[in-house]
Amino acid sequence: MKVEVHLWSGLRALTGGLEKVEVEASTTGEMLQALTASYPALGPVIEAGVSVAVDGRVIASSLTEPLRPENEIFLMQRLKGG
Amino acid sequence: MALDDRKTTDFKFVGTRPDRPDGLDKVTGRALFGADAYAPGMLHGAIVRSPHAHARIVRIDTSKAEALDGVKAVVTRADFAKGLSGEFSFVLENVMAGEKALYDGHAVAAIAASSALIARDAVKLVEVEYEILPHVTDVDAAMAQDAPVLNASYADASVPAGHHPNVVRYHDSGHGDVEAGFAEADLVIEDSFKTEATHQGYIEPHACLATLGADGKGELWCSTQGHWIAQKTCAALVGIETSQLRVTASEIGGGFGGKTTVFVEPVALALSRKANRPVKVVMNRSEVFRATGPTSSTSMDIRIGMKKDGTITAAEGIYRLQGGAFPGAPMEFSAMCGFAPYALENVRQVGYDVISNRPKQAAYRAPGAPMASFAVESVIDELCNKLGLDPIDTRLKNASREGTKASYGPRFARIGLVETLEAAKAHPHYSAPLEPGQGRGVSCGFWFNHGGETSVSMSLSEDGTCQLAVGTPDIGGSRASMALMAAEVLGIPYENIRVTIADTATLGYNDVSHGSRVTYASGLATIKAAQDAVAKLSKRAAAKWGIPEDAVYWEDGCAKPSGANAGNFDPLPLADITQNMGATGGPISGHFEATPEGAGVSFGTHIVDAEVDPETGKTAVVRYTVIQDAGKAIHPTYVEGQFQGGAAQGIGWALNEEYVYGEDGRLQNSIFLDYRVPVASDLPMIDTVIVEVPNPGHPYGVRGVGETGIVPPLAAIANAVSAAAGVRLRHLPMSPPRILAALKAKAHEG
Repeated sequence: MKVEVHLWSGLRALTGGLEKVEVEASTTGEMLQALTASYPALGPVIEAGVSVAVDGRVIASSLTEPLRPENEIFLMQRLKGG
Repeated sequence: MALDDRKTTDFKFVGTRPDRPDGLDKVTGRALFGADAYAPGMLHGAIVRSPHAHARIVRIDTSKAEALDGVKAVVTRADFAKGLSGEFSFVLENVMAGEKALYDGHAVAAIAASSALIARDAVKLVEVEYEILPHVTDVDAAMAQDAPVLNASYADASVPAGHHPNVVRYHDSGHGDVEAGFAEADLVIEDSFKTEATHQGYIEPHACLATLGADGKGELWCSTQGHWIAQKTCAALVGIETSQLRVTASEIGGGFGGKTTVFVEPVALALSRKANRPVKVVMNRSEVFRATGPTSSTSMDIRIGMKKDGTITAAEGIYRLQGGAFPGAPMEFSAMCGFAPYALENVRQVGYDVISNRPKQAAYRAPGAPMASFAVESVIDELCNKLGLDPIDTRLKNASREGTKASYGPRFARIGLVETLEAAKAHPHYSAPLEPGQGRGVSCGFWFNHGGETSVSMSLSEDGTCQLAVGTPDIGGSRASMALMAAEVLGIPYENIRVTIADTATLGYNDVSHGSRVTYASGLATIKAAQDAVAKLSKRAAAKWGIPEDAVYWEDGCAKPSGANAGNFDPLPLADITQNMGATGGPISGHFEATPEGAGVSFGTHIVDAEVDPETGKTAVVRYTVIQDAGKAIHPTYVEGQFQGGAAQGIGWALNEEYVYGEDGRLQNSIFLDYRVPVASDLPMIDTVIVEVPNPGHPYGVRGVGETGIVPPLAAIANAVSAAAGVRLRHLPMSPPRILAALKAKAHEG
């Protein structure tokens, strides 16, 4: 199942200029794995920690959240707080 | 776990205001804080700190200190783990310097002795030979091409080519075409802003008691916002297995984000291992200022375009944050939060994480957001002034709503910004007349909030009471909130629920008390654990009555048959079930473990009246109103307390608090006499309005409230002070000298 993932602009340098990429994935974990496989330069960024927004809901760390093709998916920098 | 439609209005316990269960202990001095622990044979630790902002450590001679009678151990970097990477390596470098001292106050060695006095004397006997290096403490200076290099290897792949090695991370996000948007505007304002570093200012200094034996097993008692992350970090830094260290969180005298990491704890463990005795380390206030995490200081450029009717056509922000000597300044949160209150078709935000010769920054309520809000909301205020627009109407016109594409990308779910703005506009404060010399400012603010790994366990006692174990240190009255939510599900009195903060060996993993997550995540887990217990109670009732489990429901603390067909039985109270539970199947408990991912974002709107004395530059905040969306206030008094606390800390940040460094790179004001936090006489009564737009991701609709309250104050106060002074203030804190300089510059221009 293909899902479309929006990246933050600063990652364009790591994806050959793309700010929106398509990968095969049915969960957040599979999506992050697929991103690393397709764009190895994203690996260190993802390893350092990212969050994922699915239809506006921010998934801070779960790798098991289900994804569907119609979801609006954004990669975000890892959320933390004080 | 989604919002429970059956349980959003008809609450019996939630929304009431009982006394906090830990209140009596705290006001009578019975509560045990970090420095209150003692152990047989305990030693006292003291830290040797660099007096230089940047220096190579050529040699450390500890022989004279070791020879002092009463000294039992001395440690240096050689006594800690080797080969760490990532954040652990930065934390280790921060708690004990390796090749270089990177800021004034950086730890270079530590002593354990039979008394605190001997330990402090021994500190003076440690001879450290330094090769002094050029230093830099200002964020803009640290980015300049001729700046001293702190560490050439820290920059990651995100940093575009051409930047100084002190620029270690970069963020760039947004959407639309900002230049096209600016071309549509009737007025574009571009301005630059600076904020100085402030400390979280918790009253209780960092303190711990550590025991690490030759068998590699350790015990740590410490003042922390998160004992599981303390366990993991300390174990890594001293090179033992995480599971071999048990960490117990003491009561905490404030944290505000500053106690989400470790400072003296791994040092105490290393000293204990070497001395084979328990070691207690308590920081003094000067050490807290010099060596624990303040906020980042910032330099920011904001450009916003607006039409005459108040529509924002484009917005751009550049946020430069220095985070001390290590990567981690929260510039991405500045970038993502600054414009989040507004629905923008064209927006761009850039962030730079810059290292400098200052202590490693630590989180401080909504890290990165207050500074960005100050800059953004100041420019919006200026646009409103120049275009003759009402500041609240203008914010309402542009406000983010459900479905708005956020400045950081995704679309918002149900949010309550509009409701806070409407409440602000309707509040008597907004229409109250001002005295001559006074000004009024408003500002909005945004914070994400967080879920995080959470475990909760509850056990029921034979007498029908409940023991609730949570793993999130109580930094804001959370025991009371947990007890209220448990009472709501179980249907037993609030007073019958005892909440304990469990240690790392008695409960599953818990993320830190940060990100405004405790009432949301531990609360959700408490509700689920209580529901788990209720299911077991209902099963016992079903067995007693000889009816199916699904023919029993729970209401008002009793199991009841679900209808006439289920049978005619009197309600069975919880205590009647638990008194015989040993004979009806054994003890009854409830558990829940998860990583809740439904933390709803939160917005607030603040109104401030301020007056300025043009003779002295002294500012007084004369009226303050906080309006914030709490989703659902579990214990309204503690929600209001969070709102008021955010405003009070924001007043300090905006008006007085500031890390002042000398030309020599040394901190000039490392005590509360010189670093001025607001005291009661500096503050007005702070009015609060709780807006409740339920969070769809929590069964009762809770949104975290701990952080959003500190986002709007800097801007709201700056807008009020600028209006009162008649000149735009762009540099925080707005201390009397800065206000006088601005007034003088204005007089010179005029």
